[in-house]
Amino acid sequence: MQHNVWIYIAIMALVTYLIRMLPLTLLRKEIKNRTLRSFLYYVPYVTLTVMTFPAIITATGDLRSGAAGLVTALILSWKKQSLPVVAFISCAVVFLVSMLLTLIH
Amino acid sequence: MSSEERGKQFKEGLRDGIPIGLGYLAVSFTLGIQCRESGLSALEATVMSLVNLTSAGEFAALTIIRTASSYLEMAISQLVINLRYMLMSFALSQKVEPGLSVGHRMGISFGVTDEIFGISIGRKDRLSPFYSYGAMAVAVPGWTAGTCLGVIMGDILPINIVNALSLALYGMFLAIIVPKAKEDKHVAAICIVAIAASTVFSYVPYLKAVSAGSRIIILTVALSLLAALIWPVKDEEGKDAA
Repeated sequence: MQHNVWIYIAIMALVTYLIRMLPLTLLRKEIKNRTLRSFLYYVPYVTLTVMTFPAIITATGDLRSGAAGLVTALILSWKKQSLPVVAFISCAVVFLVSMLLTLIH
Repeated sequence: MSSEERGKQFKEGLRDGIPIGLGYLAVSFTLGIQCRESGLSALEATVMSLVNLTSAGEFAALTIIRTASSYLEMAISQLVINLRYMLMSFALSQKVEPGLSVGHRMGISFGVTDEIFGISIGRKDRLSPFYSYGAMAVAVPGWTAGTCLGVIMGDILPINIVNALSLALYGMFLAIIVPKAKEDKHVAAICIVAIAASTVFSYVPYLKAVSAGSRIIILTVALSLLAALIWPVKDEEGKDAA
């Protein structure tokens, strides 16, 4: 059976948008249940942690530059630097470390 | 909300969206290269990125398109891989003004990605839709243009720059997690458990067969529930946080 790429794309877009849209539009009130509120309080931090670790170490294609980026990001965010500052300086460190490693080799 | 306040929120969204847009540009560039390999035209790939805005979902979709799988499989794969957006959308529903209009809620929904969610939940007060629009105004073009460039030009960016940029998003995640973990020991504790669990799931045989999307869903639900049962939040804490 022949499949149309545009229909694939339309199905993807519809499913993905509904997933994102339904909870935000249907849930108009503040949740009163304490366990559910607590659950939602922890969700963002747990999900960001799971997405970041261990992926951050391998993201740059080299464990050493990945580790350097991780340590840089940890120190800067510990010092409560803003999101763009943490992101850019960590990337710069990764870039410098990877350049250094190329020079050494 | 005054128009001044709206403008301020929009600008802050733009500012925080810049690193996201740059990170997206790099990631979607590689996505674009894969799109071309899967036989998509530049137009098809660009539209796909514009209307989906999801890295894992789109990467998975390419496999389905390439193997000419059924439309139902496409729908189910997107549902499962992107289910985490539903959790994020639930969390955001508690972060916006309770009286926020349906139109704005639908507008914010379009931009619920891992990264935009991250900066949105990191806002001190209620989330303003204009902050989201500001972030989307750079993130969406970054994601879409990157895909298009990837299809058309292939690999022109030096690889070490692409590699360095791929850390940007994770750096931002840490900038959200770490300050919170510093002020709330319970968040710190559950995050450390999450690091351990996620690492185990990534490397231990059998467990590593679980896809990244499923791993995120399973661990998020299980560990957040665990934390909620052991350390339920106090009234004020829950209000301004979740």
